[in-house]
Amino acid sequence: MAPPTNRRPGFSKRAQYSIFASYLLGILGAVVGLLLLLISFIDPRGFSVLRTIGAEATAPISKTLAEATGATGSAADNIAAYFNAASKNAAMKRELEKNRVELLEAKAIKQENERLKRLLKLKEETNDSIGIARLISSTSSSSRRIATLGIGSTSGVLVGQPVRAPEGLIGRVLETGPTTARILLVSDGKNVTPVKRAKDELPAFATGRGDGTVDVRPINISDNPFEPGDLLTTSGSGGLYSPGIPIAMVIEKTDTGAIARLLANPGNVGHVIVQPIFQAETVAQIEKAESEAADSEEAE
Amino acid sequence: MAKGYRSTINRQPSKLRIKAVPPITVVCGSVITALPIITDHPILPPMGLLVVLAWRLIRPGYWPVWIGFPLGLIDDIFSGQPIGSAVFLWSTVFVVLDTLDRKAINRDYWQDWFIASVAIAFVLVGGMLIVDFPRNLLFLDVLIPQILLSILLYPFITRLVGAIDNWRVSS
Repeated sequence: MAPPTNRRPGFSKRAQYSIFASYLLGILGAVVGLLLLLISFIDPRGFSVLRTIGAEATAPISKTLAEATGATGSAADNIAAYFNAASKNAAMKRELEKNRVELLEAKAIKQENERLKRLLKLKEETNDSIGIARLISSTSSSSRRIATLGIGSTSGVLVGQPVRAPEGLIGRVLETGPTTARILLVSDGKNVTPVKRAKDELPAFATGRGDGTVDVRPINISDNPFEPGDLLTTSGSGGLYSPGIPIAMVIEKTDTGAIARLLANPGNVGHVIVQPIFQAETVAQIEKAESEAADSEEAE
Repeated sequence: MAKGYRSTINRQPSKLRIKAVPPITVVCGSVITALPIITDHPILPPMGLLVVLAWRLIRPGYWPVWIGFPLGLIDDIFSGQPIGSAVFLWSTVFVVLDTLDRKAINRDYWQDWFIASVAIAFVLVGGMLIVDFPRNLLFLDVLIPQILLSILLYPFITRLVGAIDNWRVSS
């Protein structure tokens, strides 16, 4: 369509100025946007109130639909499965064989573990869940990987708590509202998870790649021992996640480490479990940091 | 007034409908992320952006240049991007589109689609780089399905917005 004629206002100074002013305002809007971005980076939780209000406002719709239909996140996977079906089949058969062996090994280890625990009379760390809920929506159009959970601070959910599904780790709580919480998924690029290789406790870091996979880097960079098929679990270092939660399976070796596919796909899991933070020291540290932040805000 | 007694010529729809319908549809597009669609990679087209682009290209004179700011802010609240991301990117798109409108003599459908495609790719790639600048340069291929899907969806959104626009101005 041709541009409307009011773009060329003739000799009317007033009309010319008003068009010019709205143009300037547009540029000003972009500049203010950059400033807002700057604030977002300096204080990532500064605007959390706005997002929480947004999430709380839409939560009734999200929750109703999530209950009615179940979270739908597998459409893309279903389409993708049609391509490369044959190669996938072969790869899965190989994986199945390998898993069968590993499963037997794991069973043996579990039995041995139980025996040793009985011997030591170790009281297993109470790992009760804080709540079980559905993921009700996610940032499926953005390159951030954040999901919204159907329970919030009124159910006892606190920032930093790990969220997991039976299949594996989903992420950790980023922001909480009264009845919703925002979960930073493991696959988010800003989420770094301390992991270890299940078979030999080799420590590494997993950083999200934004597409359901993570970059795995061993702490000792000089050698790269990862092989496709290696299972990664949380290591418990850092104190946020309790050790032994499965996270990902290595699918590809790279120059500096490996790429691993996450075991729990947030789109497919039904309900997720919010767990308490693993170690009390970490809780104390978080509280201290928060109170310091509050103090500095008051000082300002 | 009863239907039979209304003037049958020179009728105007309510001012509120004319003014409020486009922003409301854009906000509805932005709030689509509240639906229980959970994915582990970005795939859902940015509906708010598609709707606002469709309105902008169908009705070039309707939007003031600064409208990218408030609409972008609302989109940021629901999209999960850092606040300010869509504010900046949408404002930039509006300023550039306004400049283009000044230069252009005439435009056809295909040019509109092309302009919308460039704007979509700009906003999505820009949004990803804003999230994590140097690192995400390596992962831009993650966006290809989303960009393609958005570009292919754009004509349908334009149809829809066109229908809404007909209703908006019809009496």
